[in-house]
Amino acid sequence: MDGMHDMGGMSGFGRIPIEQNEPVFHSSWEGRAFAMVLLGFSWRRWNLDQTRSSHERFTPQQYLSLSYFERLVTALADRAIKAGVITADEVKVGHAASPSQKGSQSLGAAAVSAFLRAPRNYLRATTAEPRYKVGDTIRTVTDSPESHTRLPRYARGRDGVIVLYHGCNVFADASAEDRENPQHLYGVRFAARELWGRDGDPKSSVTLDLYEPYLRHV
Amino acid sequence: MHVHDHSPGGGSASHSLLPSEPALRVKAIETLLVEKGLIDSAAVDAIVDQFENKIGPKIGAGIVAKAWTDPGFKQALLEDAAKVLADLGISGLGAEQVIAVENTETIHNVVVCTLCSCYPWAILGLPPGWYKSDAYRSRVVREPRKVLAEFGLELPEEIEIRVWDSTSEMRYLVLPRRPKGSDRLNETQLAALVTRDCMIGTALPRL
Repeated sequence: MDGMHDMGGMSGFGRIPIEQNEPVFHSSWEGRAFAMVLLGFSWRRWNLDQTRSSHERFTPQQYLSLSYFERLVTALADRAIKAGVITADEVKVGHAASPSQKGSQSLGAAAVSAFLRAPRNYLRATTAEPRYKVGDTIRTVTDSPESHTRLPRYARGRDGVIVLYHGCNVFADASAEDRENPQHLYGVRFAARELWGRDGDPKSSVTLDLYEPYLRHV
Repeated sequence: MHVHDHSPGGGSASHSLLPSEPALRVKAIETLLVEKGLIDSAAVDAIVDQFENKIGPKIGAGIVAKAWTDPGFKQALLEDAAKVLADLGISGLGAEQVIAVENTETIHNVVVCTLCSCYPWAILGLPPGWYKSDAYRSRVVREPRKVLAEFGLELPEEIEIRVWDSTSEMRYLVLPRRPKGSDRLNETQLAALVTRDCMIGTALPRL
């Protein structure tokens, strides 16, 4: 989706807001919001790509006016309402109208360390041969789906070179719709001049990880 | 309109006497989820503690220092960082997808996630505010040399800059060059030179 989140290459945001000796969380609510977002995954009702997809559905005005942690907690509420875990009315009131149907199933504090360190693997077996190999020149598609994609606007319709092969991975575009449809994944390097024309740095490049359906032979 | 108030309850400004609006909303959501039996507030505390005190850039710095002192480890890290992390007992939070990219005399690497704010949490903890900022996400892919200069990192024009945009679940760790004159330092002393920004690529380790 061509939302506000896809900001690579935009102008006008000014200098980088560097803060010295920055704390992990600036206020306790940021830490609590972040922790609840992680705990939300323990309910196994949605995945990371579905969460990203929620972030992409903010209006540009909302996206820019909310801080990172505000976006996180807003998207959590959005997902939880969609999954039927809570209702919009309950969020408005800030109290439960009824207990959860399945009763208490919350993760306890003692289980947190193991929960955070549970290995997650996006690699999947496939019988399909990769269409490309390291060294190949490819061109990215110009598709502009309304749904979730991890091909940013700035890298569409551009020629790049495959520099890494990451195996067959869960496809983000499908995962956002709760399917896996695994695809070969490649690191693709684009010269800055290819991306930005004469304004590109002559000695720079950007490498993106791109799923096979984003790529075509040149 | 959101006001950035970084000192709720702690500052002297009058607006800090009341919780900021997001603080109220987050509290309401936590209350709701606890009442629903979906969340245990002690688990929330435990996650905050993990990210404030346990999971952070010291993990990555230890890995970099080990790579500087042990050529076999460095080679293994560059060939398959995910396996090296697994052997070290580091798992979850993206550890399974980490790739190490090495700075050399002629190449400098820098990492971003333009679409959200993907970051190697397992080894660097949570990203700093600037990494998540609109300015960094929009600009570093387009004018990396200028962006790095804003961090005080002025790279000569002949240095090739490789920007890595984390568009999948792969996570990138920059392996910086060991600073000249650090021969006498042991692994622990070397690790102290490796800041978070060195491993994102917006700084170089300094003695």
